[in-house]
Amino acid sequence: MIFARLRALLGPAAVDRDPDNVPRVTPASTDAIALVCRLACDEGWKIRVEGLASWLPPDAPADLALSTRALDEIVSVSPADLVATVQAGAPLDAIRRRLAEHGMWLAMDPPGRPDRTLGSVIATGTSGPLRHGFGPVRDQILGCTVVTGDGRIVKPGARVVKNVAGYDLTKLHVGGFGAFGILTEAHLRLRALPRADVTLVSRGSRDALSAAARDLLEARIAPAALELASPELAAESEWILAARFLGVDAAVQADVRRLPTETDAVWEQLPADRTAGFWALLARGSLGGPITFRLGVLADGLDDALDLLAHDLDAGLIAAGAASGTLRWTGEAPVERLRAVRRAAAAREIPMTLERAPWSVRRALGHFGAYREGLGHLVDRLRDTFDPKQSLRVALEGSEKSEK
Amino acid sequence: MRPALLDALSAIVGPRWVRHRKAELTTYAMDGLPTHESLPGAVVMPANRTEVVAVVRLLQLLQVPFVARGAGTGLSGGAVAGPETVLLTLTRMNRILRVDPAARRAVIQPGVVNARLSEAIAPLGLQYVPDPSSQAACTVGGNVAENAGGPHCLKYGVTTNHIVELEVVLPDASVVRLGSPQGDPWGPDLVGLFVGSEGMFGIATEITVRLEPIPAAVRTLLADFPSVRSASEAVSAIIASGVVPAALEMMDQACVQAVEASIYAAGYPTDAAAVLLAEVDGTPEQVEAEAALVEGVLRSHGARDVRSASSAADRARLWQGRKKAFGAMGRIAPNLAVQDAVVPRSALPDILDRIGEIRRRHGLSISNVFHAGDGNLHPNISFDRRDPALADRVREASKEIMAACVAAGGSITGEHGVGNDKMGYMPWIFDAETLGAMQAVRRVFDPDERCNPGKMLPVRSCREWRATPAVREAAL
Repeated sequence: MIFARLRALLGPAAVDRDPDNVPRVTPASTDAIALVCRLACDEGWKIRVEGLASWLPPDAPADLALSTRALDEIVSVSPADLVATVQAGAPLDAIRRRLAEHGMWLAMDPPGRPDRTLGSVIATGTSGPLRHGFGPVRDQILGCTVVTGDGRIVKPGARVVKNVAGYDLTKLHVGGFGAFGILTEAHLRLRALPRADVTLVSRGSRDALSAAARDLLEARIAPAALELASPELAAESEWILAARFLGVDAAVQADVRRLPTETDAVWEQLPADRTAGFWALLARGSLGGPITFRLGVLADGLDDALDLLAHDLDAGLIAAGAASGTLRWTGEAPVERLRAVRRAAAAREIPMTLERAPWSVRRALGHFGAYREGLGHLVDRLRDTFDPKQSLRVALEGSEKSEK
Repeated sequence: MRPALLDALSAIVGPRWVRHRKAELTTYAMDGLPTHESLPGAVVMPANRTEVVAVVRLLQLLQVPFVARGAGTGLSGGAVAGPETVLLTLTRMNRILRVDPAARRAVIQPGVVNARLSEAIAPLGLQYVPDPSSQAACTVGGNVAENAGGPHCLKYGVTTNHIVELEVVLPDASVVRLGSPQGDPWGPDLVGLFVGSEGMFGIATEITVRLEPIPAAVRTLLADFPSVRSASEAVSAIIASGVVPAALEMMDQACVQAVEASIYAAGYPTDAAAVLLAEVDGTPEQVEAEAALVEGVLRSHGARDVRSASSAADRARLWQGRKKAFGAMGRIAPNLAVQDAVVPRSALPDILDRIGEIRRRHGLSISNVFHAGDGNLHPNISFDRRDPALADRVREASKEIMAACVAAGGSITGEHGVGNDKMGYMPWIFDAETLGAMQAVRRVFDPDERCNPGKMLPVRSCREWRATPAVREAAL
């Protein structure tokens, strides 16, 4: 019945069934998504949103799946304004290629496949190593178009790099896991391609490398990325610390020369043709297990947080920005263990965000778990505002609210 | 204001910190914008969070609207309060509570003056980057409310990029902590939502900011151009070169002449059609390389002369001229309508031509001083508001300038906020549905709409958001 109604609404080409026989729509416009949401809201149907189905896995129970794959257009690129407008289903590597043609670049290197959709990066708020130099995903998004759970179209922000008109509703959708609507389009902040791009790697014990990272920061060397990776993630026998420098050539060379004198570590400069592959390997590593979460960790809390993970979980694929505030773990663990980590993290005032997991884990833990005191009420009411009938299947909060 | 309310406020903060006589209230009738004026019902000055909570709880009980205010340097009428409204001035809450140099964080009260924070942490080699021109007076609490910018935001981002955690007193007097020192939220990004909400979601009573190292080297270049167009094109070329200057500021001839005739004279060439102030910072090698690149671009785009600040004092002087430009215009006429609009950078030359045309047609004195790198314009109209016909022309010209910027794909404000000054322009850039969403979000934080009422959202233009689901529930 749902299948037929959707076909009547969007035409047969835009509706098929997913491998579990759930009706799946692949609308080609924001308006079409709004129609689906309005209908689903009226009928009380639950919608599961997916891009490539890698970050929001396709196992959430729903009456219909909504794929953003047909929304893959790079709508416009304005190099002189350093702004691009891109639809949510566009793959990141395609965006990157198109921008490079204009000498432009997007300062985002999220974990996952190179063809991850822009929508999934924004919805999960997953930033990568470049967060160190350029800030998290939220800092790269200037505005967006969102369809709410009841089919309204909202367009906060603008196609300019500086703007304070109206409330910054865009922020709610970055890392909101789709709880406040389905993102269909975003305005992105671009940068000119850096003239030099050099990566150096150091190998050693975890503690020695995190000390080297601290020394480097202390010496006011400012890499664009400074990432610590576990042996399992880097596919090496030891931990590695990778520093990436971007900018004008003379400045990058000067930083590279200072590295060995300011830290005790031994550094190896990667050949230019291996740099992109190295970072892509670290990014893809985050898909090496069924569960990925991130902890918000400051430079001086990094060792402690790594100890916490080592204590509560089996070795996992770990990537940590040495000063960017993000520690990411990928692996396999039962819900109880993850809950223990979250409890231990909360006791240290460390927020934990479940970025990717099977539905059973997401439902039990929630993407954010329990919030701080007083926030649950606000988040619930925001959710009611943007999705009054809870049409969008999202587990922001875990099914048990007993934790902090 | 009812005497009972005044007594109750006095009981909370002490009679010394409640103002209600007309002469006392006059100080609070305006913010930095001379075009909007209103006396608040009373002014209360809490000393700490406990007093803020007690005041907000009292106002909740009596259903009295309120406005939070810092130094009152805002430029959108955002901190102006009506006669039935209580103004909470937070300037007594001016303590820097903690500084953590290793984590590069500081925890401060909202009344801390922007420049004082940077002064206090300078011995640690750290700075708080957002630097609005009013930084010597404005408070960080006000910066948070308005999502303030400043010249150095081109490279480092505006206020929202530097705030990681907030303690907020909501309009129902409950206290919540949003965000975390790490910068990752506990749940959705409510810090990002709160910053720039123009005081309509609650009162921030504690602010955790991100600090940045003071760059080892800085170079400030002054270039003068024979035309505004060539200066604008130089700006685009610098951005396209891959160098992100720390700041890239432009002043047109009218502005330069006003500055040079004032006590803030900075040695700008008064015969130039436009001057550009470009600053690069970082390691010494970076500054050397980037300055050479920028200078090359400036010269190849027609700069008559490019000079580099020779000393720290010289650099400070160059910047003083820019930062005090608004003050310098005080010599031209008693009042200044400071405008704030954004256009895509590539539209700068055309929009400046258009502003020139509007100026001539209305016979006004307009000078332009702006953050060229961001496309953030400040066309400033000097006038005397005692002349009502002139004031009308100023209003009309402002409106035309704003319309031109919006038509070019821009926004109605880049850093000053909407307040009550630009409320009427909101429907120019947002549809009724989006305005409705904003109104609905506001009600999540402030269901009674008592927190800075009558600002930002032109209520009649907002599509109603509650009706639809409610009607559906009823139909079921």
